[in-house]
Parts: sequence; structure tokens; C-alpha cells
Amino acid sequence: MNRSTPLRRTKTSAALAGLAILSVALLTACGTTSAGNGGSTGAKAPTKLGTNEGAVSILAWPGYVEDGSNDPAVDWVSAFQDETGCKVTSKTYGTSDEAFNLMKTGDYDLVAASGDASLRLVAAGDVAPVNTDLIPNYAGVYDFLKLQAWNSVDGVSYGVPHGYGANLLMYKTDAVTPAPTSWNVVFDKSSAYKGKVTAYDSPIYIADAAMYLMSHQPDLGIKNPYALDEKQLAAAVDLLKVQRPNIGEYWSDYLKSIQAFETGDTVVGTTWQVIRNSLAPGTKAEVVVPSEGVTGWSDTWMVGSKAKNPNCAYAWLNYISSPKANAQATEYFGEAPSNQKACDFMSNPDQCSLFHAGDADYASKIWYWTTPIATCVDGRTDVKCTDYAAWTTAWQEIKG
Amino acid sequence: MTVDTPTRPVGRPIVPAPRDTVARRGSVFLSRHPRLRLSLLLSAPMFWLGLVYIAALAALLITALWTVDTFTGTISQTWTLDNIIAVLTGSLYQTVTLRTVGVALLVTLVDILIALPIAFFMAKVASARLQRVLVIAVLMPLWASYLVKAYAWRSVLSRDGIFEWLVAPFGGQTPGYGLPATIITLSYLWLPYVILPIYAGLERVPDSLLEASGDLGGKTWSTLRLVVLPMIWPAIIAGSIFSFSLSLGDYITVNIVGGANQMLGNLVYTNVGAANNLPLAAAIALIPIVIIFAYLAAVRRTGALDNL
Repeated sequence: MNRSTPLRRTKTSAALAGLAILSVALLTACGTTSAGNGGSTGAKAPTKLGTNEGAVSILAWPGYVEDGSNDPAVDWVSAFQDETGCKVTSKTYGTSDEAFNLMKTGDYDLVAASGDASLRLVAAGDVAPVNTDLIPNYAGVYDFLKLQAWNSVDGVSYGVPHGYGANLLMYKTDAVTPAPTSWNVVFDKSSAYKGKVTAYDSPIYIADAAMYLMSHQPDLGIKNPYALDEKQLAAAVDLLKVQRPNIGEYWSDYLKSIQAFETGDTVVGTTWQVIRNSLAPGTKAEVVVPSEGVTGWSDTWMVGSKAKNPNCAYAWLNYISSPKANAQATEYFGEAPSNQKACDFMSNPDQCSLFHAGDADYASKIWYWTTPIATCVDGRTDVKCTDYAAWTTAWQEIKG
Repeated sequence: MTVDTPTRPVGRPIVPAPRDTVARRGSVFLSRHPRLRLSLLLSAPMFWLGLVYIAALAALLITALWTVDTFTGTISQTWTLDNIIAVLTGSLYQTVTLRTVGVALLVTLVDILIALPIAFFMAKVASARLQRVLVIAVLMPLWASYLVKAYAWRSVLSRDGIFEWLVAPFGGQTPGYGLPATIITLSYLWLPYVILPIYAGLERVPDSLLEASGDLGGKTWSTLRLVVLPMIWPAIIAGSIFSFSLSLGDYITVNIVGGANQMLGNLVYTNVGAANNLPLAAAIALIPIVIIFAYLAAVRRTGALDNL
């Protein structure tokens, strides 16, 4: 039975409507604050350092800033704190985009950014140029990692390299024969493994298709897989749409990928060296660098443009690029270190050969993740390139 | 205030007049003004409801009307309908919406088909002792984490999982990861939410009605169709609201067992996370809200909500 009289019901709904209007008014009042945002010309690199401030806040991928709280044996932060007197507070992030959003708050002195975030951070004015002369250990960093498209703009360094790795092709040796030497097993010939192909679940994976097209459709004129004009992007998207029906699942969680390869739900696709290394013993799987080359990632330590503790931030840049700390951090995460002498400090002597550290020939085959932006990163000026937003839209359409 | 009671009936125990305090005066005042009492009681929860639900929905609607600067990633607060139009006209969103609604409907159907016999057995056949055991058994899966259950199904449905092992002798094979796996997993996850309302509905059906139907010559199926079903219809609807709305918003299960498929929740998730496009995500989030409102309106027209 309905107990409320029509009159009372009208009153209640009027009160509710009033409340709703009030809350909307409240929201719009709050909503008019605009996020002040400078251009990339805002911050300048320091020319000399002062005394340490006593604290530093760091934003990083999980596993980059370990103070022993996750695993007492894994700790390279305490030594830094003892050495410099800078107390470290750190926050981890799950995706490059999360890092990009968090840096807008200005709460972080340092960020460890991958190439698909670094240029956006520079463009948004959230990070400052880095004066590498103030970082003694920078001299020990591999030359092929310095002043690259993902960590510098117009020859100005925006950070210190941390470590790098490649997106390799992994296949189950008992299911994929003959052993593949080309990415065509996941593109043109992927129908042979329908439902058991995997690919990395991110718009940046479009670059893998573009890299494949560089050698298989040279008339498209792709010179850099991160600089695609409309036509080239459309070609890459078409290739990925051909691949889509044969995909079993996309992965972004590497544990999911490990499991799928172990059970045989996935037999071929993009992977990281750390995934191959983590497979259960006896899993018949191999990784290969296909003839077309590979994409990869190279992470960079960057300083926030609104950093409150710049001196401690530089102290960290110097510390984390020292051979010992660099070895600890990159070995724990499973990637190649950036410091030439880091290999001497690895607890596993095979670590460096597993990840091909310092192999310039191997590194030169890697197209490192770079944020696609409207200004073509391959230097073309006659066309406008597609930016990351366009890639994201395209990626959602590919997945369907 | 002193209470004058000059003529008290003899023989009744004398109750001392309560002390006159502010609290007492207040309660006397409130007891004489029921409207005020009700509004004081309800204003706090209503304020909270307004803040949490209505303000959140309003914020969503407003955000959907903004746009994002793709270069710097900041939200620019210029009013535009572009996001809404993109969501309404984009073929991607239509495909994904159809897929999501299809999955939600199938999950609801599967859940009701499984829940009806279980709930009937619990309410009408099982002994009081067994009934309690069964209620606990139905509730037990809710004690485990949603993620654990979804990952459990991932390993069950894997190519060397227990499902394949079970059906292989009969020539069957696992459906693998994809929409069928998503429907199976979601049906499993929401089953308790469907069984419980139907069980409660069946509890309210008097046994005497079933006996009367039998005495009047009604066969099992006619009794179920003409006597039981109309009485538990509101309970079935209540259960379906749970499974339908929960499936509509899900994005984790489809991520774990759905293979390469995406649902509306995934589109929202990638637009918030990967694409950093909050306005478009808000516009997409309006789709399930509209669908569930339409569903509730349709349910209301059947009159099922009146008897809840």
C-alpha cells in the first residue's frame, strides 16, 4: 500500500529537486577553478646545487623505489637516506597515464617516466630540464641512451636513463613451427594460430604494427613508427584489425601473460624478457628478436618543474645512476641497466647477458616507446602527425 | 511546569510526574508534531543520499559536457555536446553497448534458470535443518574475494584446466576465454544475489495454496505456472535487477576471462586511465545509467515493484 498522500509526495520531490539544484550549484561553483599550467618553457635547469633539503618525494613504477618494506632484502633507499640525509617518500603508479595525471599536482620532486609519458610531461610543463653536469654518475651511463627522442627535446636533456628493455616475440616451441624469424606470425600469418595470439594492450602497440609495415610496405614511407600521418596510421590500424580476430587475449598485466603461456592458451605474441625468465621451468617457449626489429622501453628519471626539494632530487639522480643502485633496481625489476658498470654489482652474474645489457647492436634494433605528438618526431614538417589521443581512439576501435 | 492532578483514582500506583528537563520538553514537542519528527529523522540520510547519489550523477553529467585538451591533458571547461554525440553515433559504442546488454541479459536468464529450482528446493522441499545448511552454502561464495573467484574461473576454463579435463572424454572442449567464459563467470558471481530474493519470495508462498491447487486437480506444472509463478514474480524481478545491473557495469571479469572482448566498463576504464579523457568516460558511463533507468521503468510498468 502506498502511504504517502499526493501532496506530501509533491513536497518530497520538490525538496529533492531543491537539493539537487543546490548540489549542482555547489559543483559548478567548485568547477570554475582552472588548473594553471605553464608551457614547456617554464622551468630552468639549475647551474649549481645547494645543501640538501632533508626530504624528497618520488613517483615511480612499482619496484623502482624499494626501501625494504615489501621485502627486507630489497632495499636501496635506506643507503641513499643515510648517505644524503634526504628522507624518501614514494608513490607507485600503474600506467604512464596515471603518472602523467599525478605529476600535474606538483607534489612530486621526481618521476620515473617511460617514453610514452616523458614527452607529454615536457609538453605540459610538468618536468624541468636536467643539468647533467651536476650528476657525476651520468658519465657512466651508456652513450646510446643519452639525449634520445624520449628523454630530451632539441638537445636539452630532461632526465637520466634508468633502464631499458625490448618487446620481444615469444612462441611456444611445440606449437609454433618452424621457429619464427618475423613478426608475420602475429600479423599476416596469425590465422594459423587463431585464438592463441597475444598482443600488448595499449595504444602504443600500434607502433609495433607500424614497424612491421616499415619493412613490408615500404611505399607507405614510414621512417619512425612513432611518427605516423593519417594515412600511415590507417594502414597500421588495418593491419591490427586483420590481427584482431586471431587474438586470444590482449595483456597488460604481465602475470596474466605468464599464466597464458604456461597453460598454452597463448602460443605466440609480444612479451618482455622478464616474462620469459619467469615462466615455470619446463615451459617450452623461446623469445626472438624478429628481422623487422622490436619496439621497447627506456625509462627516465625526471625532475618536477615545481620540485620543492631540487637538491635532494639531484642527489637521487646521482645515486640511482650509480653502478650499485642501478644494478639493484634494474635487476629487481627485470630490465637492462643504464650504467656501464652495473653488471659488476648484479647478484645474478647472468643477469646482464639475459637482458643484453650494453649490447649496442641489440639496443640499436629497438624502437623505444616515444609519445606520438602532432609534431612528427621523425623530423617531417610537411605533414601533421597523429597524436596519442588519436592512437587511443584508434586502439579502442581496433579492439571493438 | 507543574502538573496538577487533584483527583487521582484510588488504588492506582502513584507515578511521580517526570522531571521537567529540556530534553523532555523537546520530546513532548516532537511527539505533538509528527511531521517535524519525521523530517528531522530523515534529513540526515536524505542529505547523504543527495550528496552521494544525486551529486555524483550531476557531476557525471556535467563532466560529460566538458572537453579535454589532448596536448596538455587538462580538462577545459567549455560546454559542448561533442562527447554525447560521439557516444550516441560512434559505431564502436553501439557495438559495445549491444554486447554488454546481451551479456547482461544472458547472465540474468542463466541465473534465474539456475536459481528457480534451487530456491524452490530450499523453500519447499528441504527440511528446516537442511534449509539452514543450504542458505549458508549459497552465501558461502560471497565470503571469497571477487577477484579470487574470477581468477579461479580463468584457470578452470583454461586449455589445460579442469573443465577441459571433464568434458574431453565426451568429445567436448573448453570454450576458452571469450564471451561464453564471461557469461559463465558472471552468472556464477551473481548467483547468490538471485537465489536469495527468489528463496525469500517462495518462503512467502503458503503451502496450503499448493495443496489447494492439487486438490482442485492442478498438475505440477499448472500449479507452478498459475499459482507459484505469479506470486514470486516480484522476487524474480528483484533478483534480475541485481544480476542485470551488476553485469552491466562489470569490467574486471571480462578483462580476466573475456579474451580480447571489451564491455562498457572497459571503455570507461581505458578512457579514464589510458586515454586520460574524463569527459568522454563520463559520457560513456551515462549509457548504462540510461539502460538501467529504462529497465527499472519497464519493470515498474509490470507492477512488480508495488509488491516488494
